[in-house]
Amino acid sequence: MTDNNETSGATPEDEGRVPKRVIGTPSPVGTQELLPGDEPEQGGTGYVLDEKKARRAERVAAAFFTLSFVAGIAFIVFYAVWPGHVGNINRAARSNYTLGTAMTLILLGLAVGLTIWVRHLVTTKEIVQERHSISSTPEDRAVFNQYLQEGSRESGLGQRRLLRRTLLLAAAPLGLLPLVLLRDLGPLPEKKLRHTAWKNGTRLVVDGTGQPLKASDFNSPGSIITVVPEGAEDNLDEIATGAVLLLNLPVDQLKVKKGRENWHVGGIIAYSKICTHVGCPAALFEQTTHHILCPCHQSTFDALDSAKVLFGPAARPLPQLPIGVDSQGYLIATSDFHEPVGPSFWERGRPKV
Amino acid sequence: MSTTTPPKPIDDAVGYADDRFATAGFLRGKMKKVFPDHWSFMLGEIALYSFVILLLSGTFLSLWFKPSMSEVIYHGSYTKLNGVSVSEAYDSTLRISFDIRGGLLMRQIHHWAAVLFLASIMVHMLRIFFTGAYRKPREINWLIGITMFTLAILEGLFGYSLPDDLLSGTGLRITQGVLQSIPIVGTYLFYFAFGGAFPGHDFIPRLYTVHVLLVPGLLLALVAAHLMIMWFQGHTQFPGKGKSNNTVTGKAFYPVFLIKTNAFFLFTFAVIAGLATFAQINPIWLFGPYTPDSITAGSQPDFYMGFLEGALRIMPNWETNLWGHTIGWNVLIPALVPLGLIMTGAALWPFIEQWATGDRRIHHLADRPRNAPFRTSVGMATVTFYGLLWLAGGNDVLADKFHVQLFWTTWIFRVTVIVGPFIAYFITKRICIGLQRSDAAELDHGVESGIITMMPSGEFVEVHEPVKENAEAVLRSKPVPAALPDAGEDENGIPSPASRGPLARARKALNNAFTADDIPMGNGHADGHGEPQVTAPGANGDDSTQDAAVEGGDHKELSRG
Repeated sequence: MTDNNETSGATPEDEGRVPKRVIGTPSPVGTQELLPGDEPEQGGTGYVLDEKKARRAERVAAAFFTLSFVAGIAFIVFYAVWPGHVGNINRAARSNYTLGTAMTLILLGLAVGLTIWVRHLVTTKEIVQERHSISSTPEDRAVFNQYLQEGSRESGLGQRRLLRRTLLLAAAPLGLLPLVLLRDLGPLPEKKLRHTAWKNGTRLVVDGTGQPLKASDFNSPGSIITVVPEGAEDNLDEIATGAVLLLNLPVDQLKVKKGRENWHVGGIIAYSKICTHVGCPAALFEQTTHHILCPCHQSTFDALDSAKVLFGPAARPLPQLPIGVDSQGYLIATSDFHEPVGPSFWERGRPKV
Repeated sequence: MSTTTPPKPIDDAVGYADDRFATAGFLRGKMKKVFPDHWSFMLGEIALYSFVILLLSGTFLSLWFKPSMSEVIYHGSYTKLNGVSVSEAYDSTLRISFDIRGGLLMRQIHHWAAVLFLASIMVHMLRIFFTGAYRKPREINWLIGITMFTLAILEGLFGYSLPDDLLSGTGLRITQGVLQSIPIVGTYLFYFAFGGAFPGHDFIPRLYTVHVLLVPGLLLALVAAHLMIMWFQGHTQFPGKGKSNNTVTGKAFYPVFLIKTNAFFLFTFAVIAGLATFAQINPIWLFGPYTPDSITAGSQPDFYMGFLEGALRIMPNWETNLWGHTIGWNVLIPALVPLGLIMTGAALWPFIEQWATGDRRIHHLADRPRNAPFRTSVGMATVTFYGLLWLAGGNDVLADKFHVQLFWTTWIFRVTVIVGPFIAYFITKRICIGLQRSDAAELDHGVESGIITMMPSGEFVEVHEPVKENAEAVLRSKPVPAALPDAGEDENGIPSPASRGPLARARKALNNAFTADDIPMGNGHADGHGEPQVTAPGANGDDSTQDAAVEGGDHKELSRG
């Protein structure tokens, strides 16, 4: 270690109670002294303290330490005696203010007191130390090198090829073990990312209430509601892929894609709510423009035109869920989504149009 | 050697320890170790102490937090959520907030400390970068610092994801989307990390182990290494009168630094406790529990994730489908490129600088940023890049507050994030050169004293006073760039092949960038009133000492201002 332990210098002049030389150090080097004028207002560090000022500083520091003590007692009393900490949110807020204020004062009092102490009462003087070279001496290195060579020769690893190679051979599978052991972290994705809980006949139920929805009940134009597959209302994993935005759009303005003519029910149309960018729920709907906006990264989709991307980082339209009406008038899916929902992934392939 | 023996009990204790661990010999030199003083040297301390506070408050929270995604029905002090089905993680976080005395305070301390931890790391890194304190012998400590910064960002993300509230769940959803977009292995990484489909039941418990054990353990080890290396190599200091590369000026570790650093720990803790008392942070009860189909407008991550969020927002929607494989560049590029550019660039910078300048000297004196215009300009360009991405992460808020069209903000950031760094680069460079010129002028002509005297000829001139000693030492501290080692020529004066390759040309160009804008300082007295000459690259080849030589103060002169 090249600790800069040797101090050099503490000016000889005007020292009273401070030793002329720092204990165990060589004599000061003239050029490294600091002129007294260079450190004004340092609280007399290194010099005889003005006893009057020092006593005042001591009293101020003591006052802050006392404040800290009082705050400490207050904290304990608040905590142990005062009954109203928990039970409702107002109590929690009050508890936070009282305990927090006491704690802040404990810490602040100590901090300020210590600062006054070190600035006005500590008499240590600024010193200049040599920085020693960091690297070892040439002898050290020579000896080290010699030992290194000797050791490796004595170990015989250099000459004994069989030993060396089998040793490396043994290490290789050992290094792979942690990776192999992690295999059971999860199942393989397989085709799971391509499917959701929707299938032909699944009723659309309202998110939150779990009630199935009749087409005749969802009749106000421009309205929007989140629906999930019946039976998956409480399954977050299914909701994370199967959440659907149900919109009631003016059927005359709807630009229906070829092959999707019977995917909507008189203007009631269903798009995946899971944004094709990184999977946030695309939850905002502007009624006047019929734009769907994802609040996370502002991908904007045109609800009238197969949810095609109008702006933002999403690359693909929100997948559309084909819907119909069952015999009782409830809205149902007529199949699963025809493409994977949510963010892109490597195996996704070309989007099927 | 000592003049007095300490009081008997202390002497006994010292003797007891010394007989077993030779403490006196070990600590003797360390007690008087000098620490230079400057406010900017405390930035790293803020980070250190925030980390300590994080460990303390985190331990408290772990006593009650349940890292589980099992559904429970909430019944507690926050009546508005009574009867709502939430995860145990969310439920226990609410319990800590409202049903454990001091729990809310500790939660807020933990979160504020995390914010301060990241913020102080960033500012500390900027200080190190702009003053060149990463140079030899401190390159490895710089790399450790960058590793800790990266770990701290991850640790923060993991931490605020644990309560399973709506905001953090949304963050996790984005993390999952990014994970899934990685080519070839993305879906596997996703399924392995989450134990199946998103959100599943495995992720929060796994995240918890990583958050409370793995990353803090790594950070603790790296913090220890960081501090030990710093202690061993000594702290850098700023130039000034009596400051040199071979000495260190300051006050002894014991008692001064020890008291100061404890006071500073307490100040840091007091500020965090004050924030936790009066400034609400992460009120998860307002966000509600996470469900994958809910969202609120204005969702923003903690500030240190903001630049990634911004990158995701302003990225054009590029995606390719080739041979049946999809690559979502719209996710991959923003997730990897800005972070990769900044972190890799920062990690490589000391070595690039060393290679380009050929400077393998030991540096203990910090640079003044103006004296290294290229470094400072590249640094400011990076800050601008980062800052614009960070702002872009709140473009919806900006659009709302400043009544700008949302899509315009996106386009403004798309343009400025590319153009801005270049503008910052050139402006910073001009400022650096201007400051160098004014330094040189101050050395050559002195400082305007404000005193007008009449010359015998009747002419009025302003008296220029010589620069004060300390200021002069600072001005003269400007290092002389090291010369690029010559690749050598053969006997016919033809440069060796090694100096003609593309690598050598790149090195020459970089060397030029590092050394070109160098205004010579204090080359004597008033030898010219014109612009100081810009030296040709490599003209100052001599490896002159960096000691801030202090000349005599005979600079008094009258000069035509």
